Amino acid sequence: MTSASDLPDTRGSTDAPSEQALAAAKAKAEEIVTCDACPVLCRIRLGKTGACDRYGNIDGRLVRMSPLVVTQRVLDEKGAVVPFFGHDWDGQLVPGAETFVTGIGAGTTYPDYKPAPFIVGSEVAGVDMVTVVTEGIFSYCGVKVKIDTDRFIGPEQAAVRVNGEQVGHVTTAEYGSQMLALGGVRHLTGGSKKEGTVTCDTMLTLCNKGAVEMTIDGGASLRVQAGRPPVIDGQEEHRMRVGCGSATIGIFAQQWRDHVDEVIVVDDHITGVLSEHQAGRFLDMKPAGIRVRGRKSTPGRYFQVANPGTGWGGTDITDPLTIIEKISPETAWSGLRLLMVSTTGEHHAYFVLDAQLKPQPAPMPPAIAKVVERIGENCEPALCTVLFMGGAGGSLRAGVTENPIRLTRSVQQALTRVTCGGAPVYVWPGGGITLMVDVTEMPDNAFGYVPTPALVAPIEFTMRRGDYEVMGGHMGYVRPVGDLGQGQTQAISWRSDQPWPLDPLNGGGAFGK
Amino acid sequence: MTIQAALMPDGRRLHLQHGPIDLVIEAWGAPDDIMSAYRQAMVAFQTVLSGLVAELPLLRRPLPATGSLPQAEDVIARKMIAACAPYRHGFITPMAAVAGAVADHILSALKRDRALAKAYVNNGGDIALWLGSDAQLDCGLVTDLLSPRVTGIFHLVPEMRIGGIATSGAPGKGSGGRSFSRGIADAVTVLAGDAATADAAATIIANAVDLPDHPAIGRMPANSMDPDSDLGDRLITVSVPALTASEVVAALERGRCQAEELTASGMIAAAVLALQGEIRLSGSLLQRHLAA
Repeated sequence: MTSASDLPDTRGSTDAPSEQALAAAKAKAEEIVTCDACPVLCRIRLGKTGACDRYGNIDGRLVRMSPLVVTQRVLDEKGAVVPFFGHDWDGQLVPGAETFVTGIGAGTTYPDYKPAPFIVGSEVAGVDMVTVVTEGIFSYCGVKVKIDTDRFIGPEQAAVRVNGEQVGHVTTAEYGSQMLALGGVRHLTGGSKKEGTVTCDTMLTLCNKGAVEMTIDGGASLRVQAGRPPVIDGQEEHRMRVGCGSATIGIFAQQWRDHVDEVIVVDDHITGVLSEHQAGRFLDMKPAGIRVRGRKSTPGRYFQVANPGTGWGGTDITDPLTIIEKISPETAWSGLRLLMVSTTGEHHAYFVLDAQLKPQPAPMPPAIAKVVERIGENCEPALCTVLFMGGAGGSLRAGVTENPIRLTRSVQQALTRVTCGGAPVYVWPGGGITLMVDVTEMPDNAFGYVPTPALVAPIEFTMRRGDYEVMGGHMGYVRPVGDLGQGQTQAISWRSDQPWPLDPLNGGGAFGK
Repeated sequence: MTIQAALMPDGRRLHLQHGPIDLVIEAWGAPDDIMSAYRQAMVAFQTVLSGLVAELPLLRRPLPATGSLPQAEDVIARKMIAACAPYRHGFITPMAAVAGAVADHILSALKRDRALAKAYVNNGGDIALWLGSDAQLDCGLVTDLLSPRVTGIFHLVPEMRIGGIATSGAPGKGSGGRSFSRGIADAVTVLAGDAATADAAATIIANAVDLPDHPAIGRMPANSMDPDSDLGDRLITVSVPALTASEVVAALERGRCQAEELTASGMIAAAVLALQGEIRLSGSLLQRHLAA
C-alpha cells in the first residue's frame, strides 16, 4: 500500500541551535564532550551517552554507540545452514553456534595509533583464525549506482542533485543501464557545509538500503533504492529490455522465420525490421516492402521512429501502425503476416495484410505468441544496484598491524579476507585497499556517519593467526570470540547464500562466492 | 543531523527520528487516509525539536510552587508545563512530560481531518493513542527492561477514554541515557487521558517507589551524569541491590499510595508498579483488564 516514496521529502536539515544552547555548549568543562549531531547539543560526561543514546563520550571523544553485531550460523550434519532464527527471535547469542563478529557497532580507535576495537580469535576446522574488527571512517568513499533502464536520465557528466545540492554526476552508461557516481571526497568536504551534509546523508541512506529522490541537471528526476526498481520521472521501471530492437531481431530471427513474413521490433533507440535486417537476409527472408518512419542507420535498423515516451519500446506511440510510413504495392502481398512487438514483449500486435494491403488485426498464432513470451522471459527485472566504494587508509590499517603496508600486501596476496559487515567485497588490484561492496549483501543499517561529514562503514579483516603474527599484528589484543558478552552484542542470522567469512582462505576472495 | 522519516520494513509503521526523539507511528484506515495522516505527522515533526530546543532553559527549570506558571511560546512546551503543573508543590520540571507531550502533539497532527479507525504514536515507550468507535488496541506491558517479556496486556477500548500510556523507571538504555529516576522502581506504567499527563504522573509515581535511607542503593547527583540535567544536583538512582521481600513491599507501597492519590482524583486512570518481580496495581480499570 504505502511506500516511503509517496511521503514528502523531509531530509532537509532544520538544525539551528538556539543562542543559549550554543553558549552553553561553548562553555568548556573538563572531560565533557559536546555532541553536535543534533541541535540539542548535549554535553556528555566521560563514559556517558547523550540524550539519544546514539553518541557517547569514550575517552574524551565523541563516539557513535551501538551494540556490536555478530552473525551466527548453525550447520546440520550435512553441513547445510540451518535457519534457527524465527521472526520473534530477540537477538541474543545462541550458545554453540559458529559466530563471526562484524564491524557493525564496533566503533573505531581513529585517529589514534591503537589496536582496532575488537581483535577476535576463533578456531575453524582446526585452524586458528583471527578477525580484526573495526568501523572505518571513510572521507574517501563513494557510491556507484547502476540503474537498469534505457530511458534518458541525463547527459554524461551532468550533476546529480539532492535537495538542490550536487552529490555526484552521471557517468558512462553501460549496456541496458545508466550509471551514477555519487559522493566522493570533493562533495563531502570540498564544497559548502550543506553540500557535504546532503552528500553524506544521501550516501548513508542509499547504503542503508533507503530510498533517495534525486534530480539530474538537464535530465530526469529519479528515485533510487538498492534492490528496488528505479522510478524515473514518476514512472516505475519494470523490465530491462532484452536488447535494442536490432538485437532483438538478431536473437529471435530464426525462431520467427517459419511463422511470419515480417517482424518490426519497436524501440526508441534502434527499431528493427526483420526482412531488411542482416539476420533476415541471412535466413533468405523475402523483402516485405513495409517501410517504417525514422532515419535509417544500416539495413533493417532505424533511429527515431517516434519520440521518447512511455508507450511501445520507450517511444510515445500507442498504436504501432503509426510508425509505418508506407507499404510498397510492388513488394508486399495480400496475406502477408506481420508481427509488431516491443523490446520487452510487453507490447505486441499481429496483423495480416488484406487485399488492399492494409494491415488487419488478427489472432496471434501460438507459435508466434510463444516467441513474444520468450522476449519477456529474457527481460530481467529492472533494479537499482548500489555499491559502496571506499579506501581503507592509514590509521584504519594501523589498528590492524604495527606495519600497515603488510596488511595491504596480505590483502593483495589473498592471505587476508576483507569483508564489510560479513559481506564479500571486491578489492581493487593495484595499490592500497580500495574495495567495493553490494550494500544489499550487508546487514540492515550497517552504515553510520560522523558529523565531519564522513561515512562510517564496518570492515573486518580475517586471516590465519600465523599470518597475523607475521604481519606484525597486535597479538596481545587477540581475545577468544567466546569472551564477547551477551549484553554487548546483538546477533543476527547468517545469510546462507554468502560465503562464511571464517572458512579457510583459498585465494581469490573478491566477491568469492 | 537531519530528520529521518521512513516506513519500517513491515511497510505499515512510520518511523520518525530527530536527535533524541524516536517515534514509531501506526494508523489504521483507508490507505489514502493513512498516507495523508503520515504526511501530516511528518510535517508537524519538522519543527518539534527546534521548538523544544529554543525553550530548553525554561523547560529545565523547576516549576514554582506558587504564583504564575512560566509562559512558553512553543505549543509542546506549553503542554509540558500544563501536564506538570499539578505536581508543582513538590519538585518537578516540565521535562518530566516531554516524551508524552511530543507523542500527543504528533498524534493530534496525525488524525486531524483524517477518517482513521485508530492510531498510536510511540515515543520510546511513552504512547499517545486514539481509538475510533468500536476500535480496540492491545498494548503489551513489559515490567523489566533488562529481561524483556510481556508481563501483561492492556486490552483498550474507546469507552475507557485512555489517550496516553507512559512508563518511567530504571534507566534501561545503553550506558545511562538521560531519563533519570529518583526512585528505584523497575517500571511504573500509567494510563491516562493523554500521554503528557501519563508521562508526568509516571515520573512522580516512579520517584515515590523508594527506600530513602537504604544504604546500598547507589545515588549520584544528576548533574554528575549529565551536566545539563534538569534535576541539577538532586540525587538520582544509579544502582539498586537485591532487596528483601519486605523492602520490596515497603518501596512499592510508597509508590502505590502516590498512585492511589492520582487515580482517586481522576487525574489518571490506572498505574502498574513493578519492582524486582513484585507488581502493584492502582485504579479499578486494571483489576478487570490486566491479566498479570
